[in-house]
Amino acid sequence: MAAERTERLINLVICLLHTRSYITAERLREIIPGYGEAKSDDAFKRMFERDKEDLRDLGIPLETGTLSHFEDEIGYRIARSDYALPELTLEPDEAAAVALAARMWTSASLGAPATRALRKLEAAGVEVTGLPEGLQPRAGAGGTGFPTIAEAAREGKVVTFDYRGAHDTEPAPRRVEPWGVVWWHGRWYLVGKDADKDAPRVFRLSRIASEPETEGPAGAVTVPPNVDLTALVAANDPRDTGAMARVKVRHDHAIGLRRQTIDISHEEGWDIITVPCPDPHRLAEQVLAYGPDAVLLSPAEAREAVVRRLKLLAESDA
Amino acid sequence: MSGATDHLPRLLALVPWLMAHPGIEIADAAREFEVTEAQLRKDLELLWMCGLPGYGPGDLIDIDWHGDRVTLSNADEIARPLRLTPEEALALIAALRVLSDVPGIVDRGAIDRVLAKLEAAAGTASAADRVVAAPTPTADADVVTTVTDGLARNRRLHLRYWVPARDEATERDVDPIRLFNTDGNVYLSGWCYRSEDIRTFRLDRVLEVTVTDVAIDVPDETRRRAFNSGLFTPSEEDRLVTLSLDPAARWVADYYPCETIEERGDGGLTVTLRVQDDAWLRRLALGLAGVARIIDPPELAAETRNVAIAALAAYDD
Repeated sequence: MAAERTERLINLVICLLHTRSYITAERLREIIPGYGEAKSDDAFKRMFERDKEDLRDLGIPLETGTLSHFEDEIGYRIARSDYALPELTLEPDEAAAVALAARMWTSASLGAPATRALRKLEAAGVEVTGLPEGLQPRAGAGGTGFPTIAEAAREGKVVTFDYRGAHDTEPAPRRVEPWGVVWWHGRWYLVGKDADKDAPRVFRLSRIASEPETEGPAGAVTVPPNVDLTALVAANDPRDTGAMARVKVRHDHAIGLRRQTIDISHEEGWDIITVPCPDPHRLAEQVLAYGPDAVLLSPAEAREAVVRRLKLLAESDA
Repeated sequence: MSGATDHLPRLLALVPWLMAHPGIEIADAAREFEVTEAQLRKDLELLWMCGLPGYGPGDLIDIDWHGDRVTLSNADEIARPLRLTPEEALALIAALRVLSDVPGIVDRGAIDRVLAKLEAAAGTASAADRVVAAPTPTADADVVTTVTDGLARNRRLHLRYWVPARDEATERDVDPIRLFNTDGNVYLSGWCYRSEDIRTFRLDRVLEVTVTDVAIDVPDETRRRAFNSGLFTPSEEDRLVTLSLDPAARWVADYYPCETIEERGDGGLTVTLRVQDDAWLRRLALGLAGVARIIDPPELAAETRNVAIAALAAYDD
């Protein structure tokens, strides 16, 4: 998009922030450079409507009102209190916490807004001193759907998405009344009521296989009073099922898998390790990544998944 | 999103930032805003044309150049940064909640204070209200604090570390390089003098840790290797590969920084990404067996296929 348009929008923002009284669209057409290029009234109207929409999308609220009690023509302005970040003074340890938080996302869908937010704080005078490069706490990827789902939970709107559960091979569509998003043992979960099953369900965000969409009006979802979101995720946590897997791993290989070792025995050149297996498909993925250095012995379901997927890859076209 | 809706927020953030940093070098400003110096100069030329109606000398934004240094003034209307958008507030607040869930890195009190300030600044209607981080006490907060201290001050650590595979406690000196968390556990990567190599330690298995007075001695090469052992940082020199992802593998596009992402039309994606290490790509492709495949370069596709054939041999009963 042309630089002229950006320039026009900045001039519009400055003008509407500066004014105390409302300014009509006609007047803006006269004083903001760029609107002069509109050949007709219709062309100007289209331009102005688009500009208003862009500013609203950016979170810049336009106030509308009449110029005086005696006129009914609508004018516009931007209230500085609605536009500007409120005064914010952070102590050094608080600023360090925010700076660290801003680099915790491993994906752009939340990492980019976090960086933009930190820039605004710095522009507001928050001093961020250098953090140790090696200090890297992570909040995970979150997934592209995170903002949509959290916003839907706030607004009380139903969300729909495709979901691949731990035991599904194909994703299936779900309709969920979202109650909240929970960070639990290093992963993000959506907790809510599955609208089709009419029962509380927990969904791992990384297993959502489509862009979530909202449907229906805001306020349609009622969160049960006193619901304990964390407890619902904990109750759903499969790591307490006690399911175990046995994997044969080559000496000095599959270090990541070995970290979870609960029991170990040895044979020539190999170790047989027992690891927790809360999710057979996830374990299959881990074992697959080690190629010929790891062989999944049990459970059968995970072993079959490995064989099936290795065959698919082995037989794929060049 | 149109170019203007992308460009405009940057310029509206740039103005107050420059006003807070008078006489800043162009290169520093470009780095802060993750744009080229040429782009930043273009941005400044554009801002120089903006101001109050009348657009005379006293109405326009003033930009003073001193060589490569720049000072921006006369932009009172937009001297304050724009409020945080709901998405920006969510990204910061949710990450801070997670940070407070990994006790020991940052003082909880500081996190609570800053959360209160940000929540107030974001306004009442933040989606972060519906985000909860459950306390998952994995590592001892004192251990994390001590390791963080050693990392921040570049001091060698002495660890007593439990090795579950051999069920023994080992003593080792470690130069700390990287502290991170994954799957609910906290880890330290560093140069281990006992193993004479980079090792990663799970902090809930650290029985004791002390910070010594010895300065760390980590060559850049080692540091780079420790950082790349899990974290993915693309560079221009890395090999560009093309992957075809089935719907079940779409997460790859969000998880790794892709250069290009195209819809395949059937719910899947075609992505390109920079790869430093062929072994890393082979592991990724193997882990995604059956739901993704390498399109380019073909020799890596063939190699991965051959590894799959070799791996399959172990399953012949």
